[in-house]
Amino acid sequence: MSEKTNEVRLAFLAALDAVSSADELEKIRVEYVGKKGYVTELLKEMKSLSNEEKKTFGQAVNVLKNEVNDKIAEKREEIKQKEIELENNRMPEFDVSMPANLKRGSYHPITLVQRQCEEIFRSMGFTVEDYSEIVTDYECFESLNIPKNHPARDMQDTYYLDNGQLLKTQTSAAQNAIYKKYRDQLINEGKPIKAIFPGRCFRNEATDACHENTFFQMEGVMVDKNISISNLIFFMKTMLSEVFRKDIKVRLRPGFFPFVEPGFELDISCLICGGDGCPSCKHSGWLELCPCGMIHPEVLKAGGIDPEEYTGFAFGLGLTRLAMMKYGVKDIRDLNSGNLKSLSQFTDDK
Amino acid sequence: MFISMNWISDFVDLSGIDKIELINKFSLSTAEVENEIFFKGSNISGIVAAEIKSVEPHPESRKLHLLKVDAGDGELVDVVCGAPNVRVGMKTAFAKLGAQIGDITIAPRKLAGYTSNGMCCSEKEIGISDSNDGIMDITDDIPVGTDLKSVYQIDDIVFEVDNKSLTNRPDLWGHYGIAREIAALAGRELRPLDMADLSVYDNLGKVDLKIEDPLCQRYSCLKFGNISVHKSPVNMRIRLFYCGMRALNFLADLTNYLMLEMGQPMHAFDSRKVEKIRIKRFDKPFTFKTLDGTDRAIDENTLMICNGDIPVAIAGIMGGLDSEIVEDTSTLTLESATFDAASIRKSTVRLSHRTDASQRYEKSLDPELTVAAIARFVKLLTEIDPSAKVVSALTDEYAFKYPPVTLKFTKSFVNRYTGIDIDNDTILKTLRSLGFGAELCGDEFTVNVPSWRATKDVTIKADIIEEITRIYGYDNFDIHTAEAPLYPVRDAQEKTDEDRIKDILVKRYSMHELHSYIWAYHDEYKELGIETEKNVELINSSNPNIKTLRRSIVPTQLCQLKYNISFDTDVSVFEIGRVVEGLKEDGLCNEHKKLAVTIYSKTKDTEKIYFELIDILSVIADDIKHEALSFEKAEASHSYQHPKNLNKIYCAGHLLGEIGIVNASAAKKIDKKANIVYAEIDVEEFAKIKNAGIHYAEPSKFPEIEIDLSFISASFAPIAKAIENANCSLVKSVGVADTYEDESGRSVTVRILFSHPEKTLTKEEVASVVNGIVSDLAAQGIRMKAE
Repeated sequence: MSEKTNEVRLAFLAALDAVSSADELEKIRVEYVGKKGYVTELLKEMKSLSNEEKKTFGQAVNVLKNEVNDKIAEKREEIKQKEIELENNRMPEFDVSMPANLKRGSYHPITLVQRQCEEIFRSMGFTVEDYSEIVTDYECFESLNIPKNHPARDMQDTYYLDNGQLLKTQTSAAQNAIYKKYRDQLINEGKPIKAIFPGRCFRNEATDACHENTFFQMEGVMVDKNISISNLIFFMKTMLSEVFRKDIKVRLRPGFFPFVEPGFELDISCLICGGDGCPSCKHSGWLELCPCGMIHPEVLKAGGIDPEEYTGFAFGLGLTRLAMMKYGVKDIRDLNSGNLKSLSQFTDDK
Repeated sequence: MFISMNWISDFVDLSGIDKIELINKFSLSTAEVENEIFFKGSNISGIVAAEIKSVEPHPESRKLHLLKVDAGDGELVDVVCGAPNVRVGMKTAFAKLGAQIGDITIAPRKLAGYTSNGMCCSEKEIGISDSNDGIMDITDDIPVGTDLKSVYQIDDIVFEVDNKSLTNRPDLWGHYGIAREIAALAGRELRPLDMADLSVYDNLGKVDLKIEDPLCQRYSCLKFGNISVHKSPVNMRIRLFYCGMRALNFLADLTNYLMLEMGQPMHAFDSRKVEKIRIKRFDKPFTFKTLDGTDRAIDENTLMICNGDIPVAIAGIMGGLDSEIVEDTSTLTLESATFDAASIRKSTVRLSHRTDASQRYEKSLDPELTVAAIARFVKLLTEIDPSAKVVSALTDEYAFKYPPVTLKFTKSFVNRYTGIDIDNDTILKTLRSLGFGAELCGDEFTVNVPSWRATKDVTIKADIIEEITRIYGYDNFDIHTAEAPLYPVRDAQEKTDEDRIKDILVKRYSMHELHSYIWAYHDEYKELGIETEKNVELINSSNPNIKTLRRSIVPTQLCQLKYNISFDTDVSVFEIGRVVEGLKEDGLCNEHKKLAVTIYSKTKDTEKIYFELIDILSVIADDIKHEALSFEKAEASHSYQHPKNLNKIYCAGHLLGEIGIVNASAAKKIDKKANIVYAEIDVEEFAKIKNAGIHYAEPSKFPEIEIDLSFISASFAPIAKAIENANCSLVKSVGVADTYEDESGRSVTVRILFSHPEKTLTKEEVASVVNGIVSDLAAQGIRMKAE
């Protein structure tokens, strides 16, 4: 009977060898080890055998059956591997030299520089405040120690409205409201007033590449019992070094602004030449950047704060100018133009 | 204002001091100095006084002359000269061979065939005036051969102080005031001004003078005559020229010189025209001719100097033509006065005529100056013209005196304000060097403010801090951070919301942030057929396109969109900006901060972008507030709105704004193929909504059942309502799987997800809920779509 077994075995091996797909393999499996398969059929022939022969033959058929099953499993794995390989091969090589699609949104450049400045001051414990664009004469002038008849009011650059209000000419217009908002915390709880307030300002003037009637400033104030000129210089230097991400040299010159005393013009070492002198700093090595000073006692008083007990500093930073310096925007009018060819470039900058 | 260092040196010994460094120090401590410093005379050398010994006509030229000139070298020099004013015996400025004039080195040169061995120079050529009429006519007695630089102050360092930085410093409008600062900065003495003793004229008659108006603070005057000098000394003319003034005649030059020296404007009248000086305003407007020949409209607010009732000068601004000094004037009346600064400033603005005098008066001049300036004037006058005679007593009406200012403060005040320790001696020395009376008694400083700083400039203790610190030098400050208790700080909700909205729009939806102006774009609106809505108006804009404040950002955004149609087929932009919706009850502007979003597409239909926009706004509401939006139909009221699909937007009971379509007429003008939708919401209102927060729900461990139900309904709203009404805790989510439109109408397929936290749901449990919903809708006439 062993011949028969061997015959089946050889036939199986030959058939298996010719198999190349999972379907063919399954067909062969059924043909040999299925219910009516050749190997299964062999067992039926055992009936005519002696007990001794039955044992030997049975063992031989079982060995064959196991071999067939193993070989099929082996073949199945082989076919699977081949298919994966084929599939992998079907994947084309990509052209990574193709340009990437960078289409995305953009922030207004003012938002970017404003956020950078806000971040610096938040990290030093300042709150960020917001204020209206239309203000009263009291907010913009009177409360800032600029009484009626003051020369600062003669400058014909305030946009007045028919209801008597005006478009704020300076972010300082928010000072009085901020003092009133926080004075109780200052006086009762000893919490220093530390606030910055970025905002849009307006000047009634003709526009050109360097002049705009609508621009952004950021004002900051700090009021407490012992705020000094030394603190003011420290904060200005720290802030500007952070803004420009390098150690900035600053210098203060006396400057006259009615709402501060002493008042200063703050210059920074020229960003282009580092102080050696170049056309962009008119060969002086310095750039005039931000007016600042110790808050005038009358201004504190108007905000309900006793100037004998408290002192403070204030500064104003031209955000529009800063954005232009930082990004090399040549024409200030581009900022309000809505021109996406220009503005869509400001995707993000942290 | 130009400052001559030679002039300063009259009052401060600057020997051995680096003048440029000093000027830089001045810029950092006192007032801004313009970048360019002028080294006058530095490009001129070898110019000597020479006498013209003979003048012969040039045979070849009508203009040129052949001269023999004595330049002090023993031999006469042959010179060819084209000046019209050459004459024998004339002394002039002569550039010898080898002399330097600017870039030119003087060398023998042939002019029309004759060699010139040097050049006779005009004042302009050697840079001391702009007179180029002829060669310099030297009348001073100086030997030939003398280098002119040794007798005239041709060499000088001149710097320009930015006038704006002198706004609050009336004392710095003359060289003497600047010299005071320079002396303090250099640590040198300030010399007193050399002045005449006017008391010697007390026995002469007084001028008939009366101040009839409180706007005149002080009026001092004096008569003089017998003037024999007509041309100012060279050095005086050089100083005037270097300081930007033209030399005219001796008397005009001398008043100008005094103004540049002491900051006190002066005016000389023909005494015949000012016999009774009255200072007053007139009840009625009239026309007045000033000495520049211009007719000026004078109103009832303009202070005038009068001879009785006849106006002779606009106080503090300009003299009149009729009272000007003329050829036969023999006696002059010198005015030195102080007027109310605000009044002068306003008159200047009204007349739109600003003069060197009014510029100074506007700064609140020290009335103490008037008499001192006259004393100085008389000193210089009699020195330069010994024949000149004073013919009246000093006449002085002092109507308004500033109260003296005395300030007291302690050392600890200085320490607290400065944050550094400046020692007592430095404080005293600094203040005294600036002319303040300063004493220290115990711990307290008492400071008397000098009159020239007491008109408005120094009034409070903080002003004294500035005096001390600016001279101390801000560069010398030891800087340190503030000591302050730490507290958590949080931005205003509105600010946080705004930042997050921007991030969502830019980062998630690739939108572009724009800024537009706060006013309506009249002209651009017209092009788009959008009318400018009535609103608060600007009253003093010179630009006719800048007139009315905007009520909404949307139309300004549409104008901007128009310029961007070539940017891309699809453009989404937004702005967070301010609008004004008329006035509030208190009469103030009803200002609001709004977010406006516009989506423009040439590739997608209106419905698609409209729902994109709803999704965007819903994400904003859900992300920031964890709230949903709802909508309510609205009526179009603006010219850019499409009549359909205009909806009010609500969130958690707050009306936020509107979403709509830009109507065809405006959209077509922007681009023929474009579909445009917009939304505008109130950021301040949005900030009021409380963040509902995340409500975490443990996911059920049991299987969920998903049911799709299709209803024939024009709107999803009643279906959503019915599901909500079922109030079933098993409903985990509701969504729209599909919408379909056919002849039977619009059908909406909702997908409802059921689950139970603790068990596997049975079909029966779900069916009972579904049946409830279906019958609720059936009762409203909404049927299920037959399969």
